[in-house]
Amino acid sequence: MFLWLRRAYQIVFIAFFLFLVFMTTAGLIRSYDVQWLLTFDPLVALTTALASHSLYHALLWSLVIIVPTLVLGRFFCSWICPMGVMHHALGFLARKRRIPDRVKTNNPRPSHKIKYVVLAVMLGLAAAGSVQIGLLDPIASTWRGLATSVMPALGNLAFGMYQGERHFQWGTLITVVFFGALALNFVYPRFYCRVLCPLGALLGLLSKFSLFRIVKRPEICKGCKACGADCQGAADPQGTVRATECMVCLNCVATCPRGGLSYRFLPPVDRSITKVDLTRRKWLGAGVAGAVAVPFMRASDGVEPRPNPARIRPPGALEENAFLEKCIKCGACMKVCPTGGLQPALQEAGIEGFWSPILIPRIGYCEANCTLCGQVCPTGAIEKLTVAQKVGEMPARPPVRIGSAFFDKGRCLPWGYQTQCIVCEEVCPASPKAIYFKLETITARDGSQKTLKMPFVDLDNCTGCGTCETRCPVVDRAGIRVSAANESRTPRSSISLTGGKI
Amino acid sequence: MTSEKRPDPYECQPAPGNQPPPPPAPVDMNRRAALRVGMTAAMAVGSVAVGLSLRDRDASKKTKTLPTIKDHRAEKPAGATDMAIVRGPDPAVNVRKAIEALGGMGRFVRRGERVVIKPNIGWNRTPEQAANTNPDVVAEVVRLVVAAGAGKVWLTDASVNTPEQCFARSGIEKAAKAAGATIVRPDASAFREVNVSGKLLRTGDVLFPFVEADRVINVPIVKQHGLSLASMSLKNWYGVLGGQRVKLHQNIHLSIIDLAAMVKPTLTILDATRILLANGPTGGSLADVKQMDTIAAGSDEVALDAFGATLLGLNPNDVGFIVEGMKAGLGTPQWQNLKTVELGG
Repeated sequence: MFLWLRRAYQIVFIAFFLFLVFMTTAGLIRSYDVQWLLTFDPLVALTTALASHSLYHALLWSLVIIVPTLVLGRFFCSWICPMGVMHHALGFLARKRRIPDRVKTNNPRPSHKIKYVVLAVMLGLAAAGSVQIGLLDPIASTWRGLATSVMPALGNLAFGMYQGERHFQWGTLITVVFFGALALNFVYPRFYCRVLCPLGALLGLLSKFSLFRIVKRPEICKGCKACGADCQGAADPQGTVRATECMVCLNCVATCPRGGLSYRFLPPVDRSITKVDLTRRKWLGAGVAGAVAVPFMRASDGVEPRPNPARIRPPGALEENAFLEKCIKCGACMKVCPTGGLQPALQEAGIEGFWSPILIPRIGYCEANCTLCGQVCPTGAIEKLTVAQKVGEMPARPPVRIGSAFFDKGRCLPWGYQTQCIVCEEVCPASPKAIYFKLETITARDGSQKTLKMPFVDLDNCTGCGTCETRCPVVDRAGIRVSAANESRTPRSSISLTGGKI
Repeated sequence: MTSEKRPDPYECQPAPGNQPPPPPAPVDMNRRAALRVGMTAAMAVGSVAVGLSLRDRDASKKTKTLPTIKDHRAEKPAGATDMAIVRGPDPAVNVRKAIEALGGMGRFVRRGERVVIKPNIGWNRTPEQAANTNPDVVAEVVRLVVAAGAGKVWLTDASVNTPEQCFARSGIEKAAKAAGATIVRPDASAFREVNVSGKLLRTGDVLFPFVEADRVINVPIVKQHGLSLASMSLKNWYGVLGGQRVKLHQNIHLSIIDLAAMVKPTLTILDATRILLANGPTGGSLADVKQMDTIAAGSDEVALDAFGATLLGLNPNDVGFIVEGMKAGLGTPQWQNLKTVELGG
């Protein structure tokens, strides 16, 4: 009975999760908190709080997982986690036929400690100001996989009826990692959850305090080991149940032909193991390794204070270091971006910013009256802006700038080819326009005189939205391109003196 | 599942052949259980408390208030001299005579006050190349300030070239240290964000002595400058700023006035021992340097710069920041109309 209850929970949560991801698009979102389930992630709350010494208010939802875990154990993995459901299903498909073989795949292994090392490294990184949890956190990873790989593939197959054609920079890599993690179930069930998942590790540690636990009655057990046949967490019910590994799937309780296992309130302490077999030296070593990695990553060029010009952050993004303290690379902003211009960074934001959002204006521009990326950001790495805040009103309230546009006069049609164009001026959403033209009479190749509109950029009006670059008729590399210079989130990036800061 | 009645699993079952263990005291068991529940409850309450206490903590950091640099000018005694111009072969003697003519250093610096001295140490150049203030002039100013009983004498500048090399090659670090100054190099940690509240510049990062000092003494050199025509007293305040200073060139005259209005020095000693007539403000060739053996001192920077402009062969009315300085009420370019003492030559 309780197995069906668990399955019902799993189905409801994955359906809800998929529904929310599906709703994360300009046409459907309205003001719904589609990122809601991301804010339940205790690891996201912990790492962003460690890094920024502040907890984004929405992440208080993580207490809804933390507190019950302290009481019930690591139920999240088998009852709620969307990635866990997928692994559960795939692990079921991939499981061996004979029960003794299955039991063997579910034996505890030393490699299952790796996730605790991963967690310690992640916490060390976060303590030093770099949140890298998004790379492995199951909720953020699943979000990213769906947003930038699965949904775009399906949407494009559906002739772009869902969100239009979507293409993501090196989306292949995200696909390989996402499906690769799922494919690991064919090595043995729940490989990812048991070996790598840092959220599982964190919840495992919280489970040390759990009041409800699955325990065996040794006097009933005849040692048939059937309980281990479908144990999700490799928690060793066939021996002594490990509370830190147990995902409370209750399969063992259901499988035991004698009813020798039960989920009980305050069972005797010696009926379960709560120790993670990792020495203090290893915990500390992993944490320190994570922390010292940060200054090394920041000693590279192409990060602050001399970033890559292509690191164009979404409007409302915090100043870069504060941004890296909060971004979990979930891809929600990329999913919701109406033009599809927000893309997972590769090298543009440094190694720390891998898969964090950048605007690639050739793919899609930043829609002037849109603030959806800030609306869906689960951690506040991108601030929630109102349209009025974003657009501003010169000169009293300057707009939010994400960069600025520069002409490439060799590729621009009027400048390079003496050909009439100024599409950039036409599409520029700024008011007054950031791109303006001057009439110039030029002598053509055949000696005839003609008057051309020559475009210029007015730096103070340009917000770097990239509409000009997206729409520029010069294919591949546009004749006008945006770089992050003059973005408004830090005075260091400004070119103009207009902002009053240098 | 079977419905067969099973024994209570937690009742101590004697294994066959073994002695039954003594039954544990029930009070003890309860206490243990209560302890476990209490521990879990404490963890739960603790995580909620930590979560709530950290809630949006960074949002409050954004509204920090910035310090403003105070007005460092000293009150002028009745009938005191406004400006002194001294000519002579020894720069240190010139400085001493000029300060004496103004009424002595005691007019500007009181016992125990903290003083910052700001020469121009912008460039990796020797004193002969006249891109930085003359080190003998700077050292003499330090000596006079120390003799006036200053509690602390900082000496600093935000150099354009590599600071370590500028401070060394200019000869200023060695001379000023020997005279008793504390050298403040423009490391990243030496700057504080302050309100500028100027026409162009709202905030800026300023070397900390300018925020902390009671008195500020400007010791600029007279140089030609490509964009602003000249670099003298008012232009010397670029050197208190960190950050992307080059952006200020977009409106150089007004930004000079913003900075001069922010600092308001107690005293300015204009070094025209050697002046740079061309290829400024960096110079390099001794052919562009002219020996003038002149020191001008006073507390009106506009007047001093107007005088300095004449040394460079400029009409003060053609120099934007002098005109703007007058308009902003920082002083008068009519130095001849002030109570001026001229000595030597």
